[in-house]
Amino acid sequence: MSPRTGGSARAGQYLALVCYLAFLALPFLWLLSIAFKPARELGSLHPTWIPRDPTLGNFRQAFEEQPLLRAAGNSLTAAVAAALVAVVLATPMAYVMARRRGRLAAAATGWVVISQAFPFVLVIIPLFLVLRNLRLVNSLTGLIMVYAVWALPFALWMLSGYVRALPVELEEAAAVDGAGRLRTLVSVTGPLLAPGIVATALFAFVTAWNEFFFALVLLKSPEKQTLPVVLTHFLGAEGVADLGPLAAAAFLATLPSLVIFAVIQRRITGGMLAGAVKS
Amino acid sequence: MTSATAVERSRKERSGRKRSVGGRPARPGRPGRPLDHGAWFLVLPALLPILVLSVGPLLYGVALAFTDAQSGRTEPTEWIGALNFRDLLHDTLFWDSFGIGLLWALGVTLPQFVLALGLALLLNQNLRFRWPARALAIIPWAMPEVVVGIMWRLVYNADAGILNETLRDLGLGEGRDWLTGLATALPAVIVVGVWAGMPQTTVALLAGLQNTPRELHEAAALDGAGAWRRFRTVTWPALRPVALAITALNLIWNFNSFALVYVLTNGGPGGRTRLPMLFAYEEAFRYGQFGYAAAMGCVMVAVIAVILALQLVGRLRQGGDE
Repeated sequence: MSPRTGGSARAGQYLALVCYLAFLALPFLWLLSIAFKPARELGSLHPTWIPRDPTLGNFRQAFEEQPLLRAAGNSLTAAVAAALVAVVLATPMAYVMARRRGRLAAAATGWVVISQAFPFVLVIIPLFLVLRNLRLVNSLTGLIMVYAVWALPFALWMLSGYVRALPVELEEAAAVDGAGRLRTLVSVTGPLLAPGIVATALFAFVTAWNEFFFALVLLKSPEKQTLPVVLTHFLGAEGVADLGPLAAAAFLATLPSLVIFAVIQRRITGGMLAGAVKS
Repeated sequence: MTSATAVERSRKERSGRKRSVGGRPARPGRPGRPLDHGAWFLVLPALLPILVLSVGPLLYGVALAFTDAQSGRTEPTEWIGALNFRDLLHDTLFWDSFGIGLLWALGVTLPQFVLALGLALLLNQNLRFRWPARALAIIPWAMPEVVVGIMWRLVYNADAGILNETLRDLGLGEGRDWLTGLATALPAVIVVGVWAGMPQTTVALLAGLQNTPRELHEAAALDGAGAWRRFRTVTWPALRPVALAITALNLIWNFNSFALVYVLTNGGPGGRTRLPMLFAYEEAFRYGQFGYAAAMGCVMVAVIAVILALQLVGRLRQGGDE
């Protein structure tokens, strides 16, 4: 920004930027490179960045080795359901947190902060016992409940930020025009909040889609396991398994998250900040 | 507005009377009002699950730490007081793991902050090619942790990995098996941790930077202040709250992290990367020692709480200087 940045300083800045780009991008490019390499090339002593003989064979083999489609189906079910439940539960409460200053609203904000410091060890054992009593261990329903509740703090944070960004005057105007409170919420606040709700839901989806720890503990039978858990099966006992299919499957598992994140990144950043602004 | 009027209003609403123009208009969303019945109706759907599946288990977990709860035992669980904690005190394996956890958390958080600050400062400049950096920053953020672990295993792989191949090309030796070497495992894992957490930190810091007053910056530049001077006197004071908050969060997140190291080394070699989370997980779900593992969880929370308290004190003291 400053006008007096010299040529050499500028060059240094570009050099630094290139280093950062390399650090961020190269591991991912390497994953791609291995995913498209035939087995013959993976065994070679001098691996190259660009596959000499690119192939889709690894992807086919990945689907043959592990039940990826079923796992993806489980992940999709869990993530969609958890995202919907989280948003449905969080939106009304976020509205109250943003618009009221009761003791409860303060406590909720405090809880959002505390929950970020939550050690999962301390929660997972009781959660496991509670769900076992409800016969919800080793079931996607139990996992969905955990994911939904686990997504709540962040959803509350984001959504209350979005609500705060809406001018109160709009709701007051609706009230003056004779709209009841429910009517105001549904036909004035709701539509204005919709983009924020969608972004929050997508974020909750990605969090659940990527989640590993709860799924590892709560899902035992192979036909119920989600994608991240199934991916670790590729590693085998000593983990030297087939690199090609492993890379291919890992790449595929990342795609949904990457696409969604590319779409919502700006909104998420904005929402995080809006949530942080205290009026 | 007093609570009495709020209650009255909510009563009116429940009776379904339409508010006429002549009546007092409802003013939804005036901050500063206590909760009325309608608000409770909005809060409960989220509050109940939080209480049942979040607050409840947390308290239950603390209670478990004082019992001899085990998996698959037929006898009833009994209270054993602080016995678990006394055992824990003499459990050298746990304290080794705990030390590794602290080393890991600090080793990841500090470089993460420095690197992210550098990147945020660069992105805040008027450079060309900022967009690829913004786009690339999404990758570590969006990737499942398991995939991050798998990806770096491919990078570190002794034979087929690109790291050793690059070292060989540069004539820096034959390379090594990074993740199974006693000396290299923890540093190698820490690098992955830094990579994985950089985007969030960068985004937070960048947002903080964009809130710093530009006029001040320009005024300082006109007064002949150098880049470092301007950073210290203008940028840093504005950035500090964001920086402290994100660093504290990173420290907590890193201390509690599990999946990355589980996939990379599963705690090996010889426990050199066995973070406390991995330790407690094995204790609980491999050996079935629920009570003992819960006690470990309590100790981890206590340490986090102490670190946060120290940070808060430091912040208040620093805040008092100004």
